[in-house]
Amino acid sequence: MKVSFVLNGEKRSVEVKPNEVLLHVLRDKLGVKSPKCGCERGDCGTCTILIDNKSVKSCLVLCAEVEGQQLTTLEGLMQNDLTPLQHAFIDSNTFQCGFCAPGMVVAATELLKEIPDPNIEQIKHALAGNLCRCTGYTPIIEAICKLKKPYK
Amino acid sequence: MTITCEFDYLKPKTLNEAKKLLAKHKKSQLLAGGTDLIGNLKEDALAPSNLIDLKGIKELKKLTVTKNALTIGALVTFSDLIASKAIKKYFPIIYEAALTVASKAIRNRATVVGNICSAVPCMDSSGFLMVYDTKLKIVGSKARRTIPIAKWFKGPRKTTLKKDEIVTSIEIKAPATKHAGCYIKLGRYRGEDLAQATVTVLATSKNKFRVSFGSVGPTPIRPLNLEKMLDGKLVDDKLIEEVMKKIPTVISPITDIRATKEYRTHMCQVMFKRALLASIARLKGIGPSYGTNFL
Repeated sequence: MKVSFVLNGEKRSVEVKPNEVLLHVLRDKLGVKSPKCGCERGDCGTCTILIDNKSVKSCLVLCAEVEGQQLTTLEGLMQNDLTPLQHAFIDSNTFQCGFCAPGMVVAATELLKEIPDPNIEQIKHALAGNLCRCTGYTPIIEAICKLKKPYK
Repeated sequence: MTITCEFDYLKPKTLNEAKKLLAKHKKSQLLAGGTDLIGNLKEDALAPSNLIDLKGIKELKKLTVTKNALTIGALVTFSDLIASKAIKKYFPIIYEAALTVASKAIRNRATVVGNICSAVPCMDSSGFLMVYDTKLKIVGSKARRTIPIAKWFKGPRKTTLKKDEIVTSIEIKAPATKHAGCYIKLGRYRGEDLAQATVTVLATSKNKFRVSFGSVGPTPIRPLNLEKMLDGKLVDDKLIEEVMKKIPTVISPITDIRATKEYRTHMCQVMFKRALLASIARLKGIGPSYGTNFL
């Protein structure tokens, strides 16, 4: 079946089987590599992308489901340049291995759109579905707190 | 991980069309948010010949809230519930429970109706559905029916839904008098986890109480005998102790990878006391705000 959608601002169509998972179509058929395959069951958050501006775990979505929708991955968020959020992460030496980073950036971007000036509890709640095994989360939360507020 | 089983993907635009497809294709599976279903397909726990995606049916997206009644359509997500100011105001237990469901990216997609159709014992939505007056609206290929939530669950992952039926909405009525409540979920850590045990309490200004336990039995539990012990009484330490002693007789937890039955039983007692006291305090307007962590 043919599925058409807007991926990072660009109209795309892709031929898939109904049982193909969105994460794999993005990575293997469309060459978008920022969403990562982690747990593949919706627990770790490394595959987080935005569908119609809402975060979802792309490992739990079939490609067939996204006909006509707007998909945004990390590549789409930083089309012009690194975002202020990414700069804050770099400045705080936030990541070590970086495997969780794309999902973290996407999830934190959604948070900052909804709550431009989040407190620590709100940050923890918003990022609870994104696992990081290197840093213990402290520098991730600190970097978001240090952003110039309110975030635009 | 790829899905090995092959199926057709169908996306009806109306409920009638969905009913017809469901009647025509015997090995069909309904799809709403998919957060449970896609995982089950990956693990070969299911092998449908057709997936019928309900997300194209506008009438199933309905979410209407008034002071007295709430309709949750089959496509309403947990994020939709959290975003509704009217739900927070008139059905605050629902707001508190919805906040604890998995993580943001799951709540954005997972639906309440999907949650009760999956009927996994550790679900988060059973508590509020059991303590509010809840009915499910169901359409089949030939008839419609409405059943109370108490008659819905048949066992772990088992419900009374027939093969040709679709749950279209959940209808909830608020108690006749002012009410408050509390939902407490025990997980292995703060953040995203499935429940080891859940306790829900609803208190009304007529000094009546409703209680539900989840994840400590094959189906959600509404212990009417415990509610009777509390009804109309002055709730003091002695009465709370008496009710707590009875809790092990109304729940039937198992020992599994997430907790032992002894720990679950003990924590049900602890959480019941906290939820009861918080509900009473909230009713008076002096309790902790909804969404507070009680553990």
